[in-house]
Amino acid sequence: MEDLRYLDDVSTLVLDKEKCIGCSLCTEVCPQAVFEMQGEKAHIVDFNACMECGACVNNCPSKAISVSPGVG
Amino acid sequence: MVQKGQKISSSGINIMSSMDEMASSCSTQTPDGPMKGYEKPGYKLCTYVSKFIHTDAGPIPIINHKLKKDDLFSTFYVRWGIMRYSYTVAPGLYGIGKPDKNSEVLVTANFKLTFDHLRKGLGDINAWILVLDTKGINVWCAAGKGTFSTRELVKRIKDTSLFKAVDHKRVIVPQLGATGVSARDVKKQSGFRVVYGPVRANDIPAFLRNNLKADKKMRQVTFTMYERFILTPVEIQMVLKPALIIALALFVLSGFGPGVFSFSEAWERGIVSSIALVAGIFSGAFVTPLLLPFVPPKEFALKGIICGSILAILVLVLMSASINGIAGFLALFLFSVAISSYLAMNFTGTTPFTSPSGVEKEMKRYIPVQLIALVVSTGLWVYSAF
Ligand code: SF4
Ligand code: SF4
Repeated sequence: MEDLRYLDDVSTLVLDKEKCIGCSLCTEVCPQAVFEMQGEKAHIVDFNACMECGACVNNCPSKAISVSPGVG
Repeated sequence: MVQKGQKISSSGINIMSSMDEMASSCSTQTPDGPMKGYEKPGYKLCTYVSKFIHTDAGPIPIINHKLKKDDLFSTFYVRWGIMRYSYTVAPGLYGIGKPDKNSEVLVTANFKLTFDHLRKGLGDINAWILVLDTKGINVWCAAGKGTFSTRELVKRIKDTSLFKAVDHKRVIVPQLGATGVSARDVKKQSGFRVVYGPVRANDIPAFLRNNLKADKKMRQVTFTMYERFILTPVEIQMVLKPALIIALALFVLSGFGPGVFSFSEAWERGIVSSIALVAGIFSGAFVTPLLLPFVPPKEFALKGIICGSILAILVLVLMSASINGIAGFLALFLFSVAISSYLAMNFTGTTPFTSPSGVEKEMKRYIPVQLIALVVSTGLWVYSAF
């Protein structure tokens, strides 16, 4: 969402590009358009839009993504 | 959750004790003609069911596209928090239009507003609708709470013998359900492939026409002024009870003064401080949510402070004749702004773009500020009586 942004630099989202197999499912499930496919890999293009909903983590087939709200 | 008027589903017929008040929402039409055979003692047919069709998976209720008057009335009630927790649809398989073995299966939650929204959004599409038991909560919240889940989806697919109703192995899950669903696990456990549909039900016809592809816009959540507006009644309704208790405390507190305790003072100053309370609630639970993107800072608590300050100054200037001195003025100002800030911060729980980590950071920073404002305000208020 472009007009409504929340705090920057707080999300616990981590993407391990090594593990990514390029299925693009994360770009489909993320309601905030955080990911984009660039070539065969997913890239985080809008880190601060992440609301830590976990949809990407749940659906990534190669466990390349993690979010851990509530720790640290 | 044990609900009053609990319903048990049996092929789309709601079973409920006939004495139940809830029955009234499902009982305005007398079934006749083809519906006659589905009447049973102690059961009520829902008005949104137009007929039953026979499939290999058993009789399936076909629902109306159009919302009826009683659907809309209850929508109003639900938005205001009246009977919010018992407004459900029996989980199971439904049809809309003229579904056949090749029609898509759309998965949804059993919150009646979600269900209504979906059938309205579908237009003249023919499809199956698989309603999950989310305890009457919408898809987004239920996915976060774990009731709209892989387990529940797999269970419903099996319970309804979905494989008998359709020839394909595909279910369309609303994208906002992805937080609770793992497509891979559903496939493993049920054989059905999950395709994530668009965020909004209105986009489903376009999504289906487009070979189950959603464009970027269909994939992103929005939070428009209208979407924020319809959430505010529940916000306000939630604070009514605590507000009443606080108001009572205000009347008592306002009575303390030079003559130890004075009832006339309690009354007069109690009213003034209650107005400051109402201004704070109005600002935090209504104005701030509505003006969300137009108030610059990102922290909701800070947005609440800004809206609350403007509103408090306006209200206090109007009432200045009944406030004694700077101390009284400052006390009410701090109080009203603290309430506004707290309630605005509370709204982070309702928005579809705030991360838990961000909310935690904000709370750590602003709850102490709000508490200090409250303590200082109480001190000043009592002091101003002398
Ligand atoms: S946690 Fe949610 S918002 Fe964040 S990247 Fe994943 S899907 Fe997007
Ligand atoms: S879902 Fe996982 S594997 Fe698929 S593109 Fe995204 S990060 Fe890569």
